[in-house]
Amino acid sequence: MNNYDVIVIGGGVVGGMILRELTRYELKVLMVEKNCDVAMGQSKANSGIVHAGFDAETGTNKAKFNVLGANMMQEVCEELGVNYKNNGSLVVAFSKEDIKTLKVLLKRGKKNGVKNLKIIAKKELKALEPNISDDALGALYAKSACIVCPYSLTIASIGNAMDNGADLLVDFDTVKVERDGEYTKLTASDGREVLGKIIINSAGAGAESIANLFGDYSFKTGLRRGEYMLLDRESGNLVNHTLFFTPSAKGKGVLVTQTVDGNILLGPTSVEDGNPIPETTDEGFAFIKEKASQMCKSVPYYNVITSFAGNRAFCDRHDFIIEESKAYKGLINLAGIESPGLTSAPAIAKYVVNEMVLKIKYAYVNHYFIRKRYSIDNLFQKPFKELTIEEKNFVIKKDKNYGKIICRCEGITEGEIRNAIRQNPPARTVDGVKLRTRAGMGRCQGGFCQSRIVEILAEENGVSVLEITKNGKGSEILVEEGK
Amino acid sequence: MRNIDLAIIGGGPAGLAAAISAYDNGIKNIVIFEREDKLGGILNQCIHNGFGLTRFKESLTGPEYANRFIDGVLERIIEVLKETTVLEITKDKLITAINSEDGVFQVEAKAIILAMGCRERSKGALNIAGTRPAGIFSAGTAQKYVNIKGYMPGKKVVILGSGDIGLIMARRMTLEGAEVKAVFELMPYSSGLKRNIAQCLDDFNIPLYLSHTITKIEGKERVTGIVVSEVDENKKPIKGTEKHFDCDTVLFSVGLIPENELSKTASVELSPRSKGAIVDETRETNVSGIFACGNVLQVHDLVDFVSEEAEIAGKSASNYILNGKENSETVSVKEGKNVLYVLPQKLNVNADNTKIFFRVTNTLKDVTIKAESGGEVIFSRKKKVAVPGEMETVLLSKEKISALKGEVVISAEVE
Amino acid sequence: MESYKFICIECPIGCNLTVEKNGEELTVLGNTCKRGEMYAKLEVISPKRVITTIMRTEDGKIIAVKTDKPVSKTKMFEYVEQIKSKRVKSGAKIGDVLIENIEEGANVIATSNPY
Repeated sequence: MNNYDVIVIGGGVVGGMILRELTRYELKVLMVEKNCDVAMGQSKANSGIVHAGFDAETGTNKAKFNVLGANMMQEVCEELGVNYKNNGSLVVAFSKEDIKTLKVLLKRGKKNGVKNLKIIAKKELKALEPNISDDALGALYAKSACIVCPYSLTIASIGNAMDNGADLLVDFDTVKVERDGEYTKLTASDGREVLGKIIINSAGAGAESIANLFGDYSFKTGLRRGEYMLLDRESGNLVNHTLFFTPSAKGKGVLVTQTVDGNILLGPTSVEDGNPIPETTDEGFAFIKEKASQMCKSVPYYNVITSFAGNRAFCDRHDFIIEESKAYKGLINLAGIESPGLTSAPAIAKYVVNEMVLKIKYAYVNHYFIRKRYSIDNLFQKPFKELTIEEKNFVIKKDKNYGKIICRCEGITEGEIRNAIRQNPPARTVDGVKLRTRAGMGRCQGGFCQSRIVEILAEENGVSVLEITKNGKGSEILVEEGK
Repeated sequence: MRNIDLAIIGGGPAGLAAAISAYDNGIKNIVIFEREDKLGGILNQCIHNGFGLTRFKESLTGPEYANRFIDGVLERIIEVLKETTVLEITKDKLITAINSEDGVFQVEAKAIILAMGCRERSKGALNIAGTRPAGIFSAGTAQKYVNIKGYMPGKKVVILGSGDIGLIMARRMTLEGAEVKAVFELMPYSSGLKRNIAQCLDDFNIPLYLSHTITKIEGKERVTGIVVSEVDENKKPIKGTEKHFDCDTVLFSVGLIPENELSKTASVELSPRSKGAIVDETRETNVSGIFACGNVLQVHDLVDFVSEEAEIAGKSASNYILNGKENSETVSVKEGKNVLYVLPQKLNVNADNTKIFFRVTNTLKDVTIKAESGGEVIFSRKKKVAVPGEMETVLLSKEKISALKGEVVISAEVE
Repeated sequence: MESYKFICIECPIGCNLTVEKNGEELTVLGNTCKRGEMYAKLEVISPKRVITTIMRTEDGKIIAVKTDKPVSKTKMFEYVEQIKSKRVKSGAKIGDVLIENIEEGANVIATSNPY
């Protein structure tokens, strides 16, 4: 039987960070994820912003964990080998009303403990962002704001936890919960069963239905769809910072930001129309374009390489829920972790493990905990293309697959692709390879390399190419062998 | 570091013809850099016939056409580095490349011919609403699966884009047992060859919907259907014209883009109109000793023209290596009325007879194709129809070029 | 008199052909070359097409093939089935005849080496 001290339900960034934190102690831990891979929900379709911390009302969980998390993020990313950039953010004002709001935000930010925060005038703003609209009057400049790759962070934290002994079960859709002595038994839709003493519900958009399985109806969540457009790296210098509209009664705009990989991200929209399918819409595209064009001059929409949508869960308490369930002993609920959830995740994880899990079940420190995660050969944390020529040749000498470029747009080698399939958490799908390596994420969107990636996946897993999927059962790439 | 005379980036039809031409013009120290494990480029997956009518006066398949040039390269014992990707080219013609055997290595060349070809515009660039399930392919990717890998990417297919690759794939998928339900074209005309509409669609009763586009993709794991709308003259979908089609596969054949990422690393100046390098009639770019030819320079209709252009580049590169750069005066060639792009964009005044290629911006009837310079018409030809899908030419004689005083403007005027 | 309209597939020009049938006499209009005339007449009498597809070799490789002459258009699917049901010897190379006389005078030949 599969008995664990702690089971984390949901492979998003919050669950991932908690899983990793748990492996710092001598605990037997498991993550169950209902999709075929981790980072498939809100941690994927995410802006990737490490917020400075002036948004949330002082005293809320959001404010507290935002500032704490932002301070931890750099170290976490360095340990996990995740791309991270301190680009700073600007909340841009377009009216006198907006300027007033900036002052409120500045005050609140200082109260929340945000450092290096100031309001800048038009001239300085122009100097920082030459492409900003001429209508912009000034901005709240948060030097400490950063960008990070949200799914890389999720994957890396789970991978590192697995390197430290955590287990992962994917395609595990929890449908039944029952007490079994000191354990709780979770049953998946396919009949698999696992036992855990403490259950952490970090199921993101599914947190409410998971809580309900435990008889906990203490909170309600809703979904907001967010749509994004991504521009080619060629347009990567459109903006340098993350640009926000000033929040106002007229509603939220979209953000315009560089990504850590050098693309430009526009979005998200925020739609509550009851449609649970994360799909893009013509209205969404129109809204993003309208807003982005208000923010910047001449946005190069011809350079859009893809668009996507994701659902974000919010909760009726309008703050992060981080608490032990009153309805079910041994259940810890993490719900409504919307923005700034990504930023807060490392701090939430520390809090949940130190203040909640260890109080329920004491454990010794794991002296063998490995902090670092490497992507190449247990030596390098960077993508292959960022190595020096000498480093590259060292790697190729050991493994010839690093001498073969498979994804020409992003410069990804066969070695990196095979590594993503072998390393924790193993990529099993074309999208899994893409999220881990960026192969297929460039301007041709996999047109040239997909067929080769399908072959490599089949080869590594010892299956037919017909079994290889885009992102799980039912999404097979190929339907049959030609006649 | 290794020093060579001529580096050719890409072993497709352009690179092969350029290599042979340079060799036959006296340059023996040539290296072709090819990222795939075999020469021939995209022709290898174009197993249909119709190639080579202009050049060989017979209808060859893609691999057969490629093979004639591959044989030519082998006979001349021209060095080919396969499975070798060029990572960077500098304007000083220093090439950084990578492969499994040599690792990352550098080669310095006296001249370089860019022959990287083009890539397909992806579905992602179109902002189509809906989900992102499996079953969405560019036509070329589907072609690779069917013809090279031997697998079917779907059974119930719709195709967006009636360019030649879209049309060819409609026939190909049908012959392999798939049901191709329809081909949709945003424009009021197909950019594909008429014969391909006849033999790829009409032969199989596949409907072609002009002025239509896909406005939504449906399906969670796999595509289950699409919504198609008619478009107005501004190519905007018309509300109320939505039609639904069940399908498991959508192929996109929505344009080709010259792949100039390496050209940029070498500071080669690109034309926003042709999306390829700005060249003179020798196919030399703004960077001395770097030449370009084939689809990386301009997207051609026929491979026969690619070969022809590559031979110009090959010959020019050998001249450059043997005789050095000739400094002559140049005049520019500009796009006039109804002209999308011209190539070459510069002419040396001492140039030989030169064909100037161009494309029109839209379908034109009873059109006069003109070249003017200094207020004088130096070339004029009438044509019944000119379409964007077919490359047009203007021929300028050596005498006319040497007499040029200022820039040449190419236009296509309708009376 | 009957009249038929075709688009010529012989070359990229794609001439609009008209065939007028007067008893047994066929007159072709709109062609720019001899091949167009031949094509148009055949389209009336018995339309023919070149088939291109792929076959598999005994050792599981793929080889591109074509009919070396146009074959009956109406039998295209039948011929594709026939071509696909055969396995090619592993040593085959470009230009080899793989199936003789799939239709009178037309062979299936390899247009690539196995890959």
